[in-house]
Amino acid sequence: MARILIPTPLRQFAEKNDTVEVGGATAGEALTALTVRFPDLKKHLFNDEGKLRSFVNVYLNDEDIRYTGKEATPVKDGDTLSIVPSIAGGK
Amino acid sequence: MPEEVNLGKDEILRYSRHLIMPEVGMEGQLKLKKASVLLVGTGGLGAPLGMYLAAAGVGRIGLVDFDVVDFTNLQRQVIHGTKDVGKKKLDSAIETMSDINPFVELERHEVALTSENAMDIIRNYDIVVDGTDNFPTRYLVNDACVLLNKPNVYGSIFRFEGQSTVFAYEGGPCYRCLYPEPPPPGLVPSCAEGGVLGILPGVVGLIQATETVKLILGIGEPLVGRLMLYDALGMKFRELKLRKNPDCPICGEHRTIHALIDYQQFCGMPNVEAPAAPVEQTGDIDPVEVKAKLDRRDNFTLIDVREPHEFQICRIPGSVLIPLGELPKRLGELDPNAEFVMHCKSGVRSGKATDLLKQNGFRRVRNMKGGILAWSDKVDPTVPKY
Repeated sequence: MARILIPTPLRQFAEKNDTVEVGGATAGEALTALTVRFPDLKKHLFNDEGKLRSFVNVYLNDEDIRYTGKEATPVKDGDTLSIVPSIAGGK
Repeated sequence: MPEEVNLGKDEILRYSRHLIMPEVGMEGQLKLKKASVLLVGTGGLGAPLGMYLAAAGVGRIGLVDFDVVDFTNLQRQVIHGTKDVGKKKLDSAIETMSDINPFVELERHEVALTSENAMDIIRNYDIVVDGTDNFPTRYLVNDACVLLNKPNVYGSIFRFEGQSTVFAYEGGPCYRCLYPEPPPPGLVPSCAEGGVLGILPGVVGLIQATETVKLILGIGEPLVGRLMLYDALGMKFRELKLRKNPDCPICGEHRTIHALIDYQQFCGMPNVEAPAAPVEQTGDIDPVEVKAKLDRRDNFTLIDVREPHEFQICRIPGSVLIPLGELPKRLGELDPNAEFVMHCKSGVRSGKATDLLKQNGFRRVRNMKGGILAWSDKVDPTVPKY
């Protein structure tokens, strides 16, 4: 099981959870398992073609999965996946 | 020969806590005095930044803002006070900063940063600090900093979370390496829509101020190639690796962007200079007309799509609360043949609600223009604004 950290703006689509434990051998499988559990999250994470949206970054531990194999990045028990969406607030 | 910079007796006294630390000392304090920093925005992030950078003795600080102080700013923008409401933010910020430190030279840029003026403004400063509140300006600041080779000290905030890093420092990663594209408009709420803990910009702004001072002094480990995440509720700082994207369109090896672009268009926003859409859009209704309908006891339902905690702040008598997020699941409670008026705080969310009902076969749905804020202006001034 890996742990997925849900950022504040997306918690409303995940029954207010900040951390969710999911199964899956890859980052893609873990995120899919997450959206099966919380279907409202799906359109915020994936585009119509099923690819991760370009303004949603996913990190396996502290590494951006764009540089480790994207959705195919292997995930081990005890790993942490972080979803880090683009935010722009400053005022 | 560059003009020699020295500290006067009053400055030596003022900066004594810096001067007695060997990491800063006279040499470092003179570096600060010789440095120039451009602060883009004097709002939530800009407030602590402006005050502390002035106090620290940064010699020349430019401020970019064209906004006016209002009451909703005071919960977090501590550079402005109650007496400043209605004043230009630039005037108010400069008054506070020059009181904190009269030895600092302050420069006004009372403009919105645009593709036309950004290069000329940014060119005159050593470091840029991004305290803006929207995606188009963030991509604009990034691109101008990359093109001019200026470090961009970045911070952004939302509700209880913040992000900070230093972009474009000595060829390091830039904002486009982190987020190649902005989210479509409307998907990510702004602080005005989503709210922000008033203290949060204080913490994130001071991370930016710390990095700015470190860059000037050339001490410590700059926040380069690392994205700092701050979660106020968990009181946790986390650090993620931020790599330079070799295919980055502006800082990669085969860059495709060589000059500033149209950032409104890039972010999917309607171009502000394009001809305005007709003001009276079908489906809109003025609050005054809604009041008349209520007084006449017309057969319709006024639906408030705000959140329950907003409903607690103020409400229109007779309105029914169905938060926008619950609306898709609760459509079955509503009769598609009945008449509805949708409202929220300012009209954005209720516009989405109106569209949703129409897409689901509702025919008599209108959006109350300007939301409960306009209701307070036009119908009932006792309804508090927030």
